Amino acid sequence: MSKYLPLWPDQASTMAGQVDALFIYVLLVSGIMTALIFIAVTVLAIKYRRVPGRKAQQIEGSTFLEIGWSVLPFFVMITFFIWGAIIYFQERTPPADATEVYVVAKQWMWKIEHMEGQREINELHVPTGQNVKLIMTSQDVIHSFFIPAFRIKQDVLPGRYTTLWFKATVPGRYHLFCAEYCGTMHSGMGGDIVVMEPQDYAKWMAGGPFAPLQDTGKELFASLGCATCHRSDIQGRGPNLQGIYNKPVLLEDGRTVVADENYVRESILNPTAKIVSGYKPVMPTFQGIVSDEQLNALVAYVKSLSQPPVGTAGLQGQPAASAAQPQNTQVQ
Amino acid sequence: MHDSRAIPGPASTTTTQVATADHEVHNPALLHHFADAQQQKNAASLGMWLFLVTEIMFFGGMFCAYLIYRLAHFNAFAAGSQQLDIKMGAINTAVLIVSSVTVVLAVKAAEVGKRKLLTGYLVVTVLLGMTFLVVKGFEYKEKFEKHHVPGPSFNFTDKFDDNGKQIPVNSKEAELFFSLYFAMTGMHALHMIIGCGLFGTLAVLAWKGHYAPSYFTPIENAGLYWHLVDIIWIYLFPLLYLISRHS
Amino acid sequence: MATKAASPVIPVNQTPKLNYLNNGHGLKSWLLTTDHKRIALLYLVSVSIFFFIGGIFAMLIRLELLTPEGDLLSADNYNKAFTQHGMIMVFFFLIPVVPAVLGNFLVPLMIGAKDLAFPRINLLSWYLYITAGILFLHCMLNGGVDTGWTFYSPFSTEYTNTNIVEAGIAVFIAGFSSIFTGLNFIVTVHRMRAPGMTWDRLPLFIWANYATSLIMILGTPVIAITIVLVAVERLFHLGIFDPRLGGDPLLFQHLFWFYSHPAVYIMILPSMGVISELIACFARKRIFGYKFVAISSMAIAVFGFLVWAHHMFVAGISLYAAMIFSFLSFSVGVPSAVKVFNWTATLYKASITYATPMLYAFGFIGLFTIGGLTGLMLATIGIDVHVTDTYFVVAHFHYVMVGGVLMGYLGGLHFWWPKITGRMYPEGWAKLSALFVFVGFNLTFFPQFILGYLGMPRRYWQYPPEFQVLNVLSTAGASILAVGYLLPMIYLLWSLRYGPIADANPWNAAGLEWKTSSPPPTFNFDETPVVTWEAYNYDEIPEKELEAPVAR
Repeated sequence: MSKYLPLWPDQASTMAGQVDALFIYVLLVSGIMTALIFIAVTVLAIKYRRVPGRKAQQIEGSTFLEIGWSVLPFFVMITFFIWGAIIYFQERTPPADATEVYVVAKQWMWKIEHMEGQREINELHVPTGQNVKLIMTSQDVIHSFFIPAFRIKQDVLPGRYTTLWFKATVPGRYHLFCAEYCGTMHSGMGGDIVVMEPQDYAKWMAGGPFAPLQDTGKELFASLGCATCHRSDIQGRGPNLQGIYNKPVLLEDGRTVVADENYVRESILNPTAKIVSGYKPVMPTFQGIVSDEQLNALVAYVKSLSQPPVGTAGLQGQPAASAAQPQNTQVQ
Repeated sequence: MHDSRAIPGPASTTTTQVATADHEVHNPALLHHFADAQQQKNAASLGMWLFLVTEIMFFGGMFCAYLIYRLAHFNAFAAGSQQLDIKMGAINTAVLIVSSVTVVLAVKAAEVGKRKLLTGYLVVTVLLGMTFLVVKGFEYKEKFEKHHVPGPSFNFTDKFDDNGKQIPVNSKEAELFFSLYFAMTGMHALHMIIGCGLFGTLAVLAWKGHYAPSYFTPIENAGLYWHLVDIIWIYLFPLLYLISRHS
Repeated sequence: MATKAASPVIPVNQTPKLNYLNNGHGLKSWLLTTDHKRIALLYLVSVSIFFFIGGIFAMLIRLELLTPEGDLLSADNYNKAFTQHGMIMVFFFLIPVVPAVLGNFLVPLMIGAKDLAFPRINLLSWYLYITAGILFLHCMLNGGVDTGWTFYSPFSTEYTNTNIVEAGIAVFIAGFSSIFTGLNFIVTVHRMRAPGMTWDRLPLFIWANYATSLIMILGTPVIAITIVLVAVERLFHLGIFDPRLGGDPLLFQHLFWFYSHPAVYIMILPSMGVISELIACFARKRIFGYKFVAISSMAIAVFGFLVWAHHMFVAGISLYAAMIFSFLSFSVGVPSAVKVFNWTATLYKASITYATPMLYAFGFIGLFTIGGLTGLMLATIGIDVHVTDTYFVVAHFHYVMVGGVLMGYLGGLHFWWPKITGRMYPEGWAKLSALFVFVGFNLTFFPQFILGYLGMPRRYWQYPPEFQVLNVLSTAGASILAVGYLLPMIYLLWSLRYGPIADANPWNAAGLEWKTSSPPPTFNFDETPVVTWEAYNYDEIPEKELEAPVAR
């Protein structure tokens, strides 16, 4: 891989090797197909060029051949499909032990918030060997978070969360691109993914006093008055939020939804959309009152209410440990 | 020879009819490139049906958007729906159904060559169409007065009445309902206006005796158009006015 | 001339006679014509102009990308350049080019009709097209738009301050031009066929245009209403697609791609039809598996409507929706593959000559194979996540849209040039330009596959320096390609005056269009032909002498 004429991108995540393997398989099959067609056309074109006295032989066609070359390629394509779907399924299902990082996109920068309170712009530091889940939203138009070295990409939409996860394997600096056209400086909306050894990452993470995201959320939860209704007993006017994250919720209209990040977000911005069974639609909307960053903090806080207390306790005191021993800080 | 008669197609009917009003020839309608009148009639009616298919796809996009958003924001859409004037909607539905009947009668009159009757039915159809538009105008006026027109002055404080329970709704979502309401009924009204123009022109031509039992394809095809516009309303009325009123 | 034997039904008049070109002179006789052949020429001139304008933008893009820094154009101007390039090429060149030029000219001729079913609507389509074009040019000269041809909301509805509404109206009007063309073709094929021209005797070009027309009338209204909604949202601040007002930007993408994916089949299918005609003629054979090639056109038209969300695998659609759309996308690969296999099989035991149209047909098969197979890579979701919105996609659709559509168009234009103008083009120059196009095209777009897999996103004004070498290669290729396109513009114009006179059937080809004089008379046939033979009955057409295909 030359510096001036790279022909293959870096492989720096667990997914990269898998995608490359699939790509090489598809490339080989396609290459063979292309070669066969090219050779067939060339050979036939030369062999059956016009010669005086030789007439073309009229052939009507062959149902056997037609069915053959419809069905066989289809079976080959099915292998593409299945392998591709398996990889996609992995890409779209983040492991439960992943460290979470919030991403807010805006024209034309990436704002990153770590759970530990670290904030970055156009740079994301991650340790090797750790599953990282990005919870992303946009303040304005559609963007797309793209790390070629990890072979992953996900559009970032205004008004909702989309997620992305990866496990970096090789330390280094890799490109971060915005892949969805977003206006004037679209091509400038990039940055670096800095992959570090866990101990270096711990050092970097320790580089300052930061309030963990859910603590910011907790303060907001109090200052916005959420706590008056969402009490930790059953007497509040709103549902008790302890332990609800990622659990099914029965709604007033009989439907059941899973209380994921998008549900929590929607319930803050548009409380009447999905009323929990047994409660009245009395909550005011917080649309326009909380910023996307504050919203992230609130969501992080609500999620932290569902975590075993040991994780949250350990977080503030020893940020280094969170990277080295992720199982301490996360839901299992 | 070329412009001896109108091509009974969707787009050119109105203009060419007018342009050729004073051109009476022996073989009234046959264009040079058709073998016979039957072929021309078949071509025209197939063309019209295809045009109607495109119209259905055109409205289909909006129906699709409406249904998706109605599922997503049920309360706001139901609340918005409850603000529509069901009486005016019902009157308009009745008006359109009657107008479809007069269109059928007009085609029948053309088929048997009753010129005055044909003209009469065409005129009645136009009047019914205009009635529809006037009623629609009053409805729009009411929306303006209630600040239910999307935009800076939009204001929606009504609650969704769910069997007596008053559920507050997100005003942005109610605005979305009214956006779609205006987009869909507006596009429909535009089709009504075009239809009225079309039928007005046909009425003038019919009065001048352009149509005979041997040639009345424009009447038939314009009739197809009118029926389609009616049918679209028949779907719009329950979707916008009726289905969320389950109290 | 050896054509007498080739015209068993209609006697061909060899002396100069009244034809559609000299029947009526002056601007008015052209601008008010309802003759499908004259309208085809109006289209030919106008799409060529738009191709030229779109090409200038393409050159600007390639020149800007010579260096990693943004230096030639400002960021905004670059964004406008690729947007105008995309919109002009898609809406004003690729969609109308084959149906409205070659289709308009040939559909009535090939089925033995005097004209299309609705000649005035045909003229109306051209006026709609030209109105849309002028509106778009006006918009372009007044600042242009910068959303990309995809108009993605909420950027288009809320954030850009360029004139989306005017561009949208232009696309809307152009859409109706295409709807009317499609409607006209369908009615014509159903109702205007000559006696004996049964469905199983239709040339494959007709089948391809018929399938295209179905997509035009079913898909185009959806983009029309979508664009109207974007314009209305922008003008009145409605919230149909903008999430801040309760809308859903993914709905826009669904509606947009519901048309715009089938639209790529509007572009490629007619060219596939052209290729079938060319291969049959220059291999002197009936197309292998005629029935399957015809059915595959219809299958592509139908399946084409079921795969749109494969543009949205990373856009935020659900996991299972993505998997279903991935699966369906492979299903559209089958009929495309069937066509390629059948064309190749047609060459077996053929008698092949290498005239320029056939060179383009060979080029088409090669480039379309690559374009199609890379399409399968994109349908494979695991790969698509990495390469979507990169130069890989750019390369893929240029292989199909330029390598496919344009090769087919140029091949067809050369093939029917003697029929259209009554003159032959200069064969030597034509072969040279075909070579330029093939080499230039591959040099331009093959490096972009590598760039895409390396991760260079599309629509980038500046890029990391390690991508420069491949970008320079691409720009170099684009210069060769430009020469390849300019040459035909020059020598085809030259041939109008100095080209050798062509007789009625210079290629000794089957097909009704060759049984009338070149150029054809205004009403196409002196008397309505009666068809008693199958399509591509080359066994019944005696061969000419070896050097024949070029008339003197």
